[in-house]
Amino acid sequence: MKQSERIAGNVAGYIDDRTGAAGWAKKNLTKVFPDHWSFMLGEIALYSFVILLLSGTFLTFWFDPSQQEVVYNGSYAPLSHVTMSASYASTLHISFDIRGGLLMRQIHHWAALIFLAAIVVHLLRVFFTGAFRKPREANWLIGIGLLTLGIVEGFLGYSLPDDLLSGTGIRIAEAIIQALPVVGSYASFFAFGGAFPGHVFIPRIYIVHVLLLPGIFLALITVHLMLVWYQKHTQYPGPGRKETNVVGYPLMPVYMAKAGGFFFIVFGLTAFLGAVASINPIWLYGPYTPGQISAGSQPDWYMGWLDGLVRMAPPLETHAFGHTISWNILIPGLIIPGILFTGMALYPFIEAWISGDKKEHHLLDRPRNVPNRTALGAMSLSFMLISLANGGNDIIATHFHLTINGIMWFTRFGLIIVPPIVFVITKRICLSLQRADRELVLHGRETGRLVMTPDGEFLEVHEQLSPEKKWTLTQHIQPVALTAGGEDANGVRSKAAGLKGKLRARMSLANATQVAIPTEREARELESGHH
Amino acid sequence: MSAEINKFERFEDPGLPEHVLRKTDTDPIAANRAERQVAALFLLSAVGTVGTIASYIFIDSKKFIYLPILGDTNAQQLALGTGLAASLFFIGIAAVHWAKTLMPDEEVIAERHEFRSSDEDRADFVSTVKDRAGAAGLGRRSLIKRSMGLSLGLVGLSPLILLRDLGPLPKNQLATTSWAAGVRLVTDPGNRPIKPSDLEVGAVAQVLPQLPVGTERTLENIGKDAVLLIRIRPEDFNLNAQRLSWTYDGIIAFSKICSHMGCAVALYEQQTKHLLCPCHQSTFDVTRAAKVIFGPSARPLPQLALQLDAEGYLIAKQGFTEPVGPSFWERNSA
Repeated sequence: MKQSERIAGNVAGYIDDRTGAAGWAKKNLTKVFPDHWSFMLGEIALYSFVILLLSGTFLTFWFDPSQQEVVYNGSYAPLSHVTMSASYASTLHISFDIRGGLLMRQIHHWAALIFLAAIVVHLLRVFFTGAFRKPREANWLIGIGLLTLGIVEGFLGYSLPDDLLSGTGIRIAEAIIQALPVVGSYASFFAFGGAFPGHVFIPRIYIVHVLLLPGIFLALITVHLMLVWYQKHTQYPGPGRKETNVVGYPLMPVYMAKAGGFFFIVFGLTAFLGAVASINPIWLYGPYTPGQISAGSQPDWYMGWLDGLVRMAPPLETHAFGHTISWNILIPGLIIPGILFTGMALYPFIEAWISGDKKEHHLLDRPRNVPNRTALGAMSLSFMLISLANGGNDIIATHFHLTINGIMWFTRFGLIIVPPIVFVITKRICLSLQRADRELVLHGRETGRLVMTPDGEFLEVHEQLSPEKKWTLTQHIQPVALTAGGEDANGVRSKAAGLKGKLRARMSLANATQVAIPTEREARELESGHH
Repeated sequence: MSAEINKFERFEDPGLPEHVLRKTDTDPIAANRAERQVAALFLLSAVGTVGTIASYIFIDSKKFIYLPILGDTNAQQLALGTGLAASLFFIGIAAVHWAKTLMPDEEVIAERHEFRSSDEDRADFVSTVKDRAGAAGLGRRSLIKRSMGLSLGLVGLSPLILLRDLGPLPKNQLATTSWAAGVRLVTDPGNRPIKPSDLEVGAVAQVLPQLPVGTERTLENIGKDAVLLIRIRPEDFNLNAQRLSWTYDGIIAFSKICSHMGCAVALYEQQTKHLLCPCHQSTFDVTRAAKVIFGPSARPLPQLALQLDAEGYLIAKQGFTEPVGPSFWERNSA
């Protein structure tokens, strides 16, 4: 035995003597993970979080989260002798007088944008492939929680420097709080320690930003990953892949190298962005004062849809009995986001209720095979994109020489008209793709080679798909329509015969209306028909 | 119809495709080449780290260089960033290349097991819970159950009441500003009183109320007091008699704090005489007492009544007649 092996054995023995972990570790070091590029999206979110912790810690060494007014005398000449808050001054200090400080600020900000983008794209992957189905509903909910907190965390983060742009963002947040019926003024005065802007808000959100929310993130991410580990990863359908197995590479060494390497790649690319792509140049905005503003005020991208909704809201307020209710703030700022996020959180349960499906699902759906879900996802996405576009209406207007009013009216109507159209189109596309799959399986691939028969007839040669490909296109199970109050063909009882039951039967029928999966018998019959 | 089809014979799962060996699995020369590639990538990372350290020490932190696309860039930040990026990125690329070329790439199959426990275990669990709960006597002792419910329901109130001192009560602070009858308008910045002759037709200025000597102006003041002074030709006004009497020779004053969400309404378009809030594009018509003509705001900007004092400076005839800024529950907007 080599010396290095003996030392490793001793260390492992020392730990196992005290924890009995050898058995567990042996099993888990060879744990199998399926391989697919889309499984890296969640990884990007995780790694961005680590980058945020590292770069954020660096920033805390110099950042002074205080709204005490100081006179700036650092090395950025244009703001010399300007009175500003200590948080703005210390952000300038980090940017101009700490070597690598600006780099770290930019890495931190880029990592935050990537963090939320990765969460959103990961969520879309999970949604469109049905990875949220039993037994993973809890992890879906944790994911929604992480997204929600991520948006809040990002907003608090870019509010900290107390520059003119971020101060304006805080002012808007204050207006939302103030718009709450009955408690609004009190909530605002408690949050700001008095009248806006006060001197306590930034110190308060600082501790939330660097301690409270990161702590919650750590806890939620830990549970999220433990569940992935324990429940084993889902996999895409394909030859050899079953509901009862998981096909992929073992953790050690392949996944350790790939996932570990991927962390460095994400960090490296984020650092590169931080080095060359200027982001949030707060020194150009100047310190915050409520009487000033910069044109083209834009939030970070993940807040853009909210801002777009607020911008397009009709000017509605209720004035009655000496009170004011600002529907123009409450509806776009709280009610619509509330409905959207609640609906998103409940979706796995709604889908399971409609299908009556109680089975575990570890094989992912191809989005075309679940047309209604895919169409619903595309519809929601179009809603968000239209809102987001209106959040940048001033930028779009100046870049494309359009009027803000035109864009606003377009998005006001578009928000209502476009999503249903997107639903219908997406559903038709899904069904067409199913039909195309069916053709492909039964008739093979068009080769583009024309053959003339002895009778002078021209035929295109079709090439049969491989058995692996045929299986991948036909392995899924199509849903069965439930009947109101009765039992379906599989003997699953639907609960109520009333309105709820009818609604469920109607939606279940809609889900079951699909292009039939081609069978081997059909293929054989076609084959014999040809000869 | 789909139900039937599911029962017909389906295509069969051909099983995991046969493993195909890579060149590096069969050809030692290729494997050695891959090893050298991985090593070269790790070395590139090392070079990146050395570059990072060197640029920290040797590059002047105040030196700016001009680069195409990037423009004027701080040389040290750029060098630190690219060095750091290289040192990290190449470790990652090396590890992935290593995994892809030299580590086993044969897919393996692990079995899953249904999560559901056996029926006995589940029944046992339920009876254990019942049994243990019964031992506590929660079902029988309703006095304990109710008093416990009460105390647990109340205990959350203490931390809640402790938050009371987060801030003072709003009282009427949201409804008041520093403006009052006779208060002079002063420039911001500068704090100089203003005569009508200081403003030409078409001009716009941000003004604040002159505070009593010895009072320091706070951001909270500015957040409520900021006023926009605009001068147009008097004949362009389209105001009722009262509002017209609040102007002075074509000079009209509005709260600069947006009646929607409190941003500074800073964009004035001379031609159309419209004020635009850059946050959510609420648009106000100056000639019609800041009537909302577009955007989400539901109320005009409050107008400040103007007149001249004995020395010919602009003063407020009275304070604002309504609260400025965004709406709130207690606001009487009728």
